[in-house]
Amino acid sequence: MSTAELSAPRGGAPAAAGGTPLAAHARPRNGLATWLRLLGSELHLMFRRWRNLALLGVLVVLPVVLGIGLRVSSPSGGGGGPNASFFAQLAGNGVFLSFLALTILLALVLPLVIAVVAGDSIAGEAGLGTLRYLLTVPAGRTRLLSVKYAAVVIFGLAACLLVSAVSLIMGAILFPIGPVTLLSGTTVSLADGLLRLLWVTLYVAAGMAALAAIGLAISTLTEHPIGAIAAILVLAVASEVADNVAQFAVIHPYLPTHFWLSFDALLRAPIDTATLLHGLLSFAVYIVIFGSIAWARFTSADVTS
Amino acid sequence: MSSGEVVSAPGVREDAAPGAEAAPGAEAAPGADPAPGAAPAPGATPAPGAESATGAEPAPAIVTSGLTKRFSSGQLAVDGIDMVVPPGSVYGFLGPNGSGKTTTIRMLLGLVYPTAGSHSLLGVPMPKGTVQVLPRVGSLVEGPAFYPQLSGPDNLARVDAADRTADPRTAKQRITEALDRVGLLAAKKKHYRAYSLGMKQRLAIAASLLQPRELIILDEPTNGLDPQGTREVRGLIREIATDGITVLVSSHLLAEVEQICTQVGVMRTGKLVFQGPLEELRARGSARIRVTTSDPARAAEVLGKLGLADVTAGEGEASAALGDQAPEQVTRELVYAGVPVAGLDTPRPSLEELFVGLTGEGFDVDG
Repeated sequence: MSTAELSAPRGGAPAAAGGTPLAAHARPRNGLATWLRLLGSELHLMFRRWRNLALLGVLVVLPVVLGIGLRVSSPSGGGGGPNASFFAQLAGNGVFLSFLALTILLALVLPLVIAVVAGDSIAGEAGLGTLRYLLTVPAGRTRLLSVKYAAVVIFGLAACLLVSAVSLIMGAILFPIGPVTLLSGTTVSLADGLLRLLWVTLYVAAGMAALAAIGLAISTLTEHPIGAIAAILVLAVASEVADNVAQFAVIHPYLPTHFWLSFDALLRAPIDTATLLHGLLSFAVYIVIFGSIAWARFTSADVTS
Repeated sequence: MSSGEVVSAPGVREDAAPGAEAAPGAEAAPGADPAPGAAPAPGATPAPGAESATGAEPAPAIVTSGLTKRFSSGQLAVDGIDMVVPPGSVYGFLGPNGSGKTTTIRMLLGLVYPTAGSHSLLGVPMPKGTVQVLPRVGSLVEGPAFYPQLSGPDNLARVDAADRTADPRTAKQRITEALDRVGLLAAKKKHYRAYSLGMKQRLAIAASLLQPRELIILDEPTNGLDPQGTREVRGLIREIATDGITVLVSSHLLAEVEQICTQVGVMRTGKLVFQGPLEELRARGSARIRVTTSDPARAAEVLGKLGLADVTAGEGEASAALGDQAPEQVTRELVYAGVPVAGLDTPRPSLEELFVGLTGEGFDVDG
């Protein structure tokens, strides 16, 4: 709509607004290219922060510790749920260390990583005061928000891939590797198993993208990144707790964390697409709703920081 | 609720560039008239198209009309100001801390949305034209703010990356030039967190000079600087102004901007209490007449008889507001009445006194 407004009266008075030769430079360049340039700057900033690198470091160390620990104690069985089958499978196939690591880290560590980068996204800039400079450049509020979200999603994807990759390597070193026996009992080739691991990782990253949208919305509400980070984490943990209380069964399917572990649907033959799609739909709904809240808030709020 | 802002704009084509609006000139004009001392305001010039075609009178760099901000806390920060910044001027935006200068500047730049009134920058209505006009406006708002872990050049690269009008191929060169201009090139390896306050301030000015600008808005650019730094910044502003760029510079100290400004606007508790050329403010101070005499009582009596207001008699002198009386006439009357006149002068208040008179003494910052 704005595009039409801008271009329509072009013929009228091209030089009305000052009409100096300087105006020529101020023309917006290619939209996608400049968006990607800002995203590049954002990722550069994100992946060079020591705090964020430390978080990624934790995601490397934990699977290593987990693998060594399980090798030493020779896994024989965990609690219930999918965990139990992963534990049982691990002794026979190192690939399952990846599934196990993702499952365990999804309880707290991965949400923490997302909470930190998502909570910091807008609130961090506001707290630092750099937000007002980005907006007067002008970066464009919607444009900046979209870049921020994309960067957090990319960071989340990187985190999930890192966990999968490191635990796959550790699994290969510490345990035998070979054809993968799925949860449904079928055995598939190692290549098929690895492809399924990739899909599982992407599914987990999609769940993290949903949390990132919630985090982005919370981040637009405050100038204090620590407050935003804490709020996101509390929300994620509360959702996980509620998901484990049988009395709340009615709301379980609506909880943001409910479908995070449904990736075991990919480890069956045939793949349980219904559950999988249900999970992805839940993530999409969260992204749309909280993305809209973030947008509505960020484009209308006074920047006084 | 939304600002109606242009979004990431893959669809905005080259021809949707700034200045594309026909309306701004027309909208700006009505806003121009209520300003009391608005010097060369083009007033209600008709037909903005014709005006700009001949280039006779460019649009004012900034026009506000009844611009008001009431925060959700209920605090009325800015109360219906009508501001006109003529093109090419250096506009000193004065007022004590808390008088609404920064909120006004934030509204001008689209950071804070006004609750009433309207404004335009370079003839483009805001905040609708944010994306269109802000690339031509450089700014420093409420002190510098950069990423502490990055160096000066890296910080400027970040700012430049956010600018969709900036050419990435020339970024390096423009960053070097901007740093050179503010004298920070030697410190280009240093992290921002190790900068002194003066260096931080200068980096912020460098950021506003990354691209060619038509208007530069500097909010308290000398805040916290030592006299040396203040002088440097002043020199920089003067230099910018000689390039024909309009500058709005805010300060709570008149002395700081007095030497460089052509126009001043004075804020007090959210209201613009004076606006116009500096000389006009100077001329505003009403002169007094002061008689040095051995008989002050008698002199005071004569001054009173002449109808002068505010007559005072002190130790060896008497004085009164001169009003529209000619000093020659008063002198004649004094001598005629037999007052022994030893000396006589007509002092005018200093600019500083006038400024304080407009803004109130130190601690009565109301609101």
